[in-house]
Amino acid sequence: MTSPPLVNLTIEGRRVAVAPGTSILEAAKHAGVLIPHYCYHPALPVAGLCRMCLVEVEKMPKLAPSCATAVAEGQVVHVHSEKAREARQGVLEFLLINHPLDCPICDQSGECELQDYTFAEGRKDSRYQEPKRFNPVEDFGGDVVYVPNRCILCTRCVRFMDEVAQDPVLNVSERGDRAVIGKFEGADLTHAWASNVVDLCPVGALVSKDFLNKARAWELDRAASICPNCTQGCNVILETRDNVVVRMRPRPNEEVNRFFACDYGRLNYRWMNRRDRVELPYVRQNGQLVAAEWDRAVRAAAALLGQGRAFVLASPMLSNEALYLLSRLTRGNGGAGVFRVERGPEAPLPGVDDLALRAERAANVRGAELLGFEERQAPLEGVQSGDVLVVADEELAGADPAGLAAAAARAAAVIVVGTTLPPWARDAAGVVLPITNFAEEEGTFTNLRGRVQRFLQARAGPGVARPSWFVLSDLLGARGERTSYFLASEVFAAMAADRPEFAGLSYDSLGLKGAPANAGQLAEAAP
Amino acid sequence: MGYPQKIHPRETPVLSKHFGDAEALTLQGWRARGGYAALEQALGMEPAAITNVIKESGLRGRGGAGFPTGMKWSFMKPGDGKPHYLCCNADESEPGTFKDREIMRWTPHAVIEGCAIAAYAIAAETTYVYIRGEFTEPLREMTRAVKEAYAAGILGPNAMGSGKRIDVHVHKGAGAYICGEETALMNSLEGRRGNPRIKPPFPAVAGVFAQPTTINNVETLAAVPAILTNGAQWYKGLCLGSPKSTGTKLYSVCGNVRYPGNYEVTMGFSFKEFLYDLCGGAPEGRNFKAIIPGGASVPIMTVEEAEGAVMDYEGFVAAGSMLGSGGVICFDDQQNMVKQIARLARFFAHESCAQCTQCREGTAWMTKILERIRDGGGTPEDLDTLLDLAEQMTGKTICVLSDSCATPVISGIQKFRQEFEALIPPSRSRVSTAAVATAVA
Amino acid sequence: MSDAARDMGQKVAPSELTAGHDPHGAPYGPVFVGARRAELDELLTHYPTKMAALLPALWMVQEDRGWVSADAMVEVASLLGLTPAYVRGVVTFYTMYHQHPVGRYFVQVCTTSPCNVCGAEDVVRALLERTGCGELGVTSPDGRFTVIEVECLGACGFATPVMINDEFIESVTPQRVPDILSRLK
Repeated sequence: MTSPPLVNLTIEGRRVAVAPGTSILEAAKHAGVLIPHYCYHPALPVAGLCRMCLVEVEKMPKLAPSCATAVAEGQVVHVHSEKAREARQGVLEFLLINHPLDCPICDQSGECELQDYTFAEGRKDSRYQEPKRFNPVEDFGGDVVYVPNRCILCTRCVRFMDEVAQDPVLNVSERGDRAVIGKFEGADLTHAWASNVVDLCPVGALVSKDFLNKARAWELDRAASICPNCTQGCNVILETRDNVVVRMRPRPNEEVNRFFACDYGRLNYRWMNRRDRVELPYVRQNGQLVAAEWDRAVRAAAALLGQGRAFVLASPMLSNEALYLLSRLTRGNGGAGVFRVERGPEAPLPGVDDLALRAERAANVRGAELLGFEERQAPLEGVQSGDVLVVADEELAGADPAGLAAAAARAAAVIVVGTTLPPWARDAAGVVLPITNFAEEEGTFTNLRGRVQRFLQARAGPGVARPSWFVLSDLLGARGERTSYFLASEVFAAMAADRPEFAGLSYDSLGLKGAPANAGQLAEAAP
Repeated sequence: MGYPQKIHPRETPVLSKHFGDAEALTLQGWRARGGYAALEQALGMEPAAITNVIKESGLRGRGGAGFPTGMKWSFMKPGDGKPHYLCCNADESEPGTFKDREIMRWTPHAVIEGCAIAAYAIAAETTYVYIRGEFTEPLREMTRAVKEAYAAGILGPNAMGSGKRIDVHVHKGAGAYICGEETALMNSLEGRRGNPRIKPPFPAVAGVFAQPTTINNVETLAAVPAILTNGAQWYKGLCLGSPKSTGTKLYSVCGNVRYPGNYEVTMGFSFKEFLYDLCGGAPEGRNFKAIIPGGASVPIMTVEEAEGAVMDYEGFVAAGSMLGSGGVICFDDQQNMVKQIARLARFFAHESCAQCTQCREGTAWMTKILERIRDGGGTPEDLDTLLDLAEQMTGKTICVLSDSCATPVISGIQKFRQEFEALIPPSRSRVSTAAVATAVA
Repeated sequence: MSDAARDMGQKVAPSELTAGHDPHGAPYGPVFVGARRAELDELLTHYPTKMAALLPALWMVQEDRGWVSADAMVEVASLLGLTPAYVRGVVTFYTMYHQHPVGRYFVQVCTTSPCNVCGAEDVVRALLERTGCGELGVTSPDGRFTVIEVECLGACGFATPVMINDEFIESVTPQRVPDILSRLK
C-alpha cells in the first residue's frame, strides 16, 4: 500500500514537500528555515501557547501558530514578513517586561533562547515603567532549582514530567501574570530523568544545582560523545572548561535517547577529571617501579607477555577499539578475557520506547561480549600461576583488596594498562602503561541493542598518557603483529575486517548518530 | 423585563414570559404552562429533522459568538459509534450580562427541556450543565428541577417513554470567567485548569473527554422548545431588520440607567427606542455618555453611535460595535471613562488563564498603565503604548480574552481620548523622572 | 504571597488563626468517609473519568471544612488517581476555593464596571468599616468576617450584588449594610 502523497508548500520562498499532518514549523525545518519558538518541542505534546511561532500564511485571516497548524497543499508561508516579525517582537517584549536583568548572574546566559531571539529581533529598549513581578527562588529537589522570575511559562517542564517521565510532580499554579510553575511539598523532582527539564527550559528558570555558577556557556569547549555510565549509550555533549569536564548534556538521537539523558548518567562525570592518574610509563627495576620511556616500557611489557597465556581483565568502559586489540593479546596462547560490571537499579523513561538507565553501569558491556570477553563476578579467580595478567583499566572497586593482591601474586607477570594503578596491583605490576580515559580519546562503544556509536575527544589526557588503542597497538606490534594504526579509525577498520559483527561499518558510516552492528551476527542481547 | 419589574408592552416575551412567576419553577407548574410538549414532539421526530427546524429558524448562539445553532448541531456526525456530549454553557461571567441567571432561576425546566431536545438531536446521551459557582440560586433551582425531571421519567434511561437515554448533570464551576469559553469549559469539566484549547480539533470532532461535543449557551437552548412548538417560520418572523438575525434576544441592561433589568425584544429593534422608551434613559438629572451594547468585550459606543444602532448582529457591527452577549452597560456623564476602562482591564487581567504570552503579560501591563493614568501618573507615550499593546493582543492568541481586553482600550482611547489626555500632564515625559517628581509635588 | 499576587489577584491573606491544616493543630481527618464517600461514589458515575469529579470533590471538601488544605488535596488526589501537585494546580486556578481558613462569613463584593458605576466601591467601604476588617482580604479581629472584591457576579442589573458564603444578596447599598450584617452571628 502506497503512503499518502506528500503536501507541497512554500516557506520563505523555498518549496518543500512533507507528509500530510506535518506542522508548518516542522516543515520549515525541511526548508532550512528556523521558526523561532519556545513552547514547542518535538518530544512533547503541542501546547501552542507561547505564540512565538506565529507565521503569516497567505489567504489566512490571522497569523497561524506554526507548531499547531498542519501544512496544506499550496500554502505560502512567510516567517520574516513584517507582520510575523512584529508579532514576534511583541511576544519578546511581553516576555521581557517582568524578566529580571539577571543575564550577568544567570547560568543560561550564552545559551539562552530569550537572549538569542531578542538579540536577533527584539526591541532595543524597554518601555515598561511599572514594578516587576517578584517571586523567590525555589528548590525543586533533585538537581533542579526554579527561578520563577525568569520563567516564561512555556510549560515544557510540566509537559515533560506529565507525558515523558509520567511523574506529574510539576504544575502551573495561579492564573494570569501571577502564574508560576509549582509543585507539592514532599513531592520533588527526584525522578531518575527529571534533570531533562533543565535542558528543556529555554531560559534560566530551571537550572542545575550541579552546574550552578560553575562556568559560562561561551567558555566551554564541546565534544560529541556517548554517556559512558550505562549500556544505554545516550548521545551526549561533553563540555569542558580549561580542560576540566564541567557538564555532560544529552544530544539528540532518535534511535537511542531522543533528546534525553538520565540524572545518574549526566551527573556522573567527575571521575573523568580524576587527578590520581598514572601519567608516565613505569617498569619494575630492582624491585621498584621506576618511570621509563615509552619504547622501553612497551618492550618490557611485550617481553612479559611471552611468559605465558594472557589473562586479560578488561574494563567494560573501554572502547571497542581497545577491547579488540586486547582480545588479540589472548589469541594463539589460549588466553582468556574477563570483565566485571557493577549493577544498579534500572530506571526507564516511560514516555520513550526502549530508553532506560540500564542496570549495567558501564558503556561497553555489549562490545566486550561481542569481542570475546566473559562477565565474571569474581574475575580474578581464573588467574592461574603462569598466566600473564593484563589489568586493562579495571580497579575492581569494592572487591576485597587482599584477595585481589593474592590473585595478582599468583600470576607469572602483571601488566597494568590503565588510567590508574590499582593499589592491589602495585606490588605485582611489572610494567605500567598509562592510557587516556574515555573523555581524552576517541573511540566507539556498542550499546545494549548492538548500536555502535562514536565518541570524540573532549579533553587532553595527563602527562604522557596515550590513547588506549595506540598503546595496545604498539604492544601488539612489539609482539610481532602487523599493526601500524595511527588513527582510531584505522583500528576500527581492522576490527571491522576481522569481526563479522562490525563488518561493513566505518567511522564515516557511523557518523555522529551511530549504526547497528550486523544483526545477523549478533546473538540476542539480554533484555 | 426581569423580576421585579413588569414586562414592557414593546417587549416580545418568549424566554422571559414567566420571569417572576414562582409557580413556573416546578415541573407541575411548568407543564401547566405548556412545558415539555416540545420535548414530547421532538422525541417523535428524526434527530436530523429537529436540527433542520433549528437551522431554518435562524437561531444563533446567544452566548456572544452568534454562531448558527442548527449548523453547529449538524457538525455532530450520527452513527460514528462514539459517545456524544452536550454541554450547556451556564458560566455567564461577561460583565454586564445577567440573562442566563434569570432564565435558570425562573424557568429551569425551559433549560432542561431545551437541553433534552438538543441532546436528542445530536445523539448525546449525556448533557452537562456547567453553572458558574457563584450562581447559588440557579444552581439550586436547576438541581431541584433536574431531580423533578428524573422523578417524572422525563430524564433518564427511557426519556418520556421514548426508549432514548437522556441524562443531565449539573456541574458547578469554581470562579473563572474563562470557563465560559467553550474549550476552556470542556477542560474545566474534565477536571483540569480552565485553559482554552487550540483548534483544531473542533469540539464536534474531539471535545469533552475527546468525544464529539456541542456546547450551547443557556439562552440558546432555552429558545429551542418554543421554536419547536411554534415552528421555524414563527421564529424567523420575529425579525425587524437583517434576515440573518431572527427571534428574540434577552438584553441585560445595567449601569447608569433608570430601569435596569433583562429586556426581551425582537431582533432588529431600534437601540435608541430601547434605551429611552423601555429602559427609561439615564438616571434622573443625568445624560448617557457611553454605552457598551454587548458585554465588556465589545467596543464602547458613543451615545450618537448607540442611538443610531439597530439591535441585531449585523446592526451593531454596522454601528461600530457588536451584539456579543447583549449585556448593555450604560455610563452616564458623571463617570470617569479612564477609571472604568482601567477597571475592565483589571477584570481581564484577573481572569487571564496565563497560557498565551500576549494575554498573560499584556492584560496586566495594560491595567498598570491605565491605573497609573487614572491616578495622575500618565505620560504622553502611554496612549501610543496602549494602542500598540492592543494591536499585539489582537488576533494572536488561543482565545479572544486578550482581544477582549484590548477592545475597550482601543474604543475608549478612540472615542474618549480627551478624558485620557486630561489626566496626563503635558509636561510629563518618562525620560525625566526629576520632572515627574516636581510635577507631582 | 508575592507582591504581584496581592496586586492583581486580590487574594486573601492567611487568617491569623491558621497554622497548617487545622487551626487547633488536630491531625487531619479524611473528608470522604460515610455519606460523603457515598456521595462521591455516586458522583463518579456521572463522568467517564475520575478526574472529572475533581471540581465537585473539591467543593465537597470546602463545604465540610471551609477551605481546601494541603492534606485535603492529598486525600482527593489519591481518591481520584491524581497527584497532589496536579490537584494544587487546579485549586490555585479557581478563585472560589480557599487555600487557607477565612472568616466565618466570607464577604465578596462585585466591583467590576457595571457595579462600579453604581457605587460598588462605597459598598465595599461600608462593609470594611462595619465588619471591623479595615482592609480587603484580612479577617476581622473577632474572626467573623473577611471582605474581598470579586469580579462580575452576573447580577449587574441588581447592583451591587454581595455574596456572603453561599448566600447571594442583590441590590446592596451602603445603607443596607448594617442591616445585612446584623443578621449574621
